[in-house]
Amino acid sequence: MKNPYFPIPMKVKQAYVETVDRMLRTIELSFLNEEDERAFHFTPGQFCELSILGKGEASFGIASSPTENNSLKFTINKAGVVTTALHHIEEGTEVGVRGPLGNGYPIPLFEGKNVLVIGGGFAFTTLRSLITYFLHPQNRSKVNEITVIYGARMPGLLLYKAELLEWEKRSDIKLVVTVDWGDKDWKGKVGLVPNVLEEVAPSSENSYAVICGPPIMIKFTFPKLMALRFPNERIYTSLEKRMKCGIGKCGRCNIGHLYVCKDGPVFSYAELEKLPKDY
Amino acid sequence: MTLKLDKKDLKAFLETLMDEYDLFAPVQLAEGVSIYKKIDRPDDVDLSTSNPQKPAKEVFFPQSETMFRYEKAGKQQQMTSTEGVEKKRVILGARPCDIQAVSILDDVFLGKEYKDVYYGNKRNGTTLIGLACNHPLSTCFCPSAGGGPFLRKGSDIFLIDLGETFIVELLTEKGMTFQKNKFFKEANTKEISLAQEIEEKASKKADASVPIEGIDRRSDLMMESPFWDRMHEKCIGCGVCTFLCPTCHCFDIVDEALTNKGQRVRNWDSCLFPLYSQETSGHNPRPTGRERTRQRLMHKFNYFPKNFGRVACVGCGRCILYCPVNFDIRQAINLTSAKGIRKVKDQVDLTRR
Repeated sequence: MKNPYFPIPMKVKQAYVETVDRMLRTIELSFLNEEDERAFHFTPGQFCELSILGKGEASFGIASSPTENNSLKFTINKAGVVTTALHHIEEGTEVGVRGPLGNGYPIPLFEGKNVLVIGGGFAFTTLRSLITYFLHPQNRSKVNEITVIYGARMPGLLLYKAELLEWEKRSDIKLVVTVDWGDKDWKGKVGLVPNVLEEVAPSSENSYAVICGPPIMIKFTFPKLMALRFPNERIYTSLEKRMKCGIGKCGRCNIGHLYVCKDGPVFSYAELEKLPKDY
Repeated sequence: MTLKLDKKDLKAFLETLMDEYDLFAPVQLAEGVSIYKKIDRPDDVDLSTSNPQKPAKEVFFPQSETMFRYEKAGKQQQMTSTEGVEKKRVILGARPCDIQAVSILDDVFLGKEYKDVYYGNKRNGTTLIGLACNHPLSTCFCPSAGGGPFLRKGSDIFLIDLGETFIVELLTEKGMTFQKNKFFKEANTKEISLAQEIEEKASKKADASVPIEGIDRRSDLMMESPFWDRMHEKCIGCGVCTFLCPTCHCFDIVDEALTNKGQRVRNWDSCLFPLYSQETSGHNPRPTGRERTRQRLMHKFNYFPKNFGRVACVGCGRCILYCPVNFDIRQAINLTSAKGIRKVKDQVDLTRR
């Protein structure tokens, strides 16, 4: 019997702060054992439990794409004990990793469709995984148009800035980056994500929408998606809840009879509609 | 196959068991208080106190359990799993409700998705020797939950206490391996008919009238019901009902650390504790007793049936017996019936007026 609670060892290959408030740090992990690496297959939207031995475990969405070999990337918001330890961790240090866990985005459903990606704040991590996956030469033809709307409170809080610049130059992805308030160097859009969505007004025909962000953003963006006639079955989101085991045993992350850890974290709005509002 | 074991031979029988297995049985800690423990001396086994306070789930799912140990040296670390189990186990003297609960935990821990190796290693190869419940208490309602004081299902061997002797029924292949045991003798017809008499009497005593049948469907639309406003009012959130419940299985995982070494431990947890679902941001999806009581009862009677096809309650009555504020799960179940819902609604309307 394989032990699902026993982490595999990985090493911090690189770690860097992403944002001016220094609250978001990306760490890249490399596998220590080749067999672990060979056995690790994931879909964008899945997550891992990262262990800092002595501090504990916490769950993080995988920010890298399966098309980026050899390493896993996580962007970590400094909030509690484990995340603070991950903010202080030095390159070369070993950490424990359990995963991949959860269901991930329904990639096969998106094939042959337009994909609208809406992200806000640091919820952009697994969306980066999804976008990077589809932008890979092997996968780009799987979907039609890719539209990305990504908002942060201010320019300094945007994640993955170098990549955003690269995506902006490409013709096979429409990227709209917006901030709640700009600064003197900011040439891009200023405005809240729901309003920018209304302005960009992507067609809902033959399209799927994936939306991740703070609850307040989702609350106001959802009606705009409805107005664009996206049906509930074609809007996907990824939920977060307190988790321990990550495999549907320890009990705390359930919404109704479903567990966010193993039945989610990705749900369509049609699925969420049927569940109790217990989150 | 029906045999018997004289009580004077019990000690010797237990000794032979202990040679081969780790034996777990009820042990009396104080007057009227017994729990399941690993037996070192056969004299410690207590089969006379009624159903032990703590359920038999502990044998496979300890209240606190080390998952692995680790050592750190600079940037390196070494982890050693503690999942291994030395000997096969025997549980002796578990009442039918606890045996039924083990099969519910099997669904959770050894179900079709992820297998829980810590539970599985202890559980696999275990022989369950059940003990018929001759004197169900007034809080027992196992027949309402699909069980009964003499339910054999799940036991490999089933004992019935006749006073000076036990009737021994070998029920499964695993049980049949004990057929040649030198302490088991042929039971005579008088003893067999006495056992049947006791069974009939006991079966009448346990309450079969709690309306659990159909509760999963009835509770489907109850999430926002005023029912929960009433239900949680007197609950103080102590969690004793969940710790003593033979089917409750929520746990927490924590690291216990010294400077450079330590261990990862899992401990029983309870959905009635506020910190259980509290997130780092401060947000708590179950902020009050209302949501937490709802989670406990809905998990047992609505969510669990959706996932596993049966309720996660065996009617052992511990949560009723040991609740410090006399919360009665039977009343809660009764109130989910159409008549009950109306009653709660009227009461809530009254208090709001």
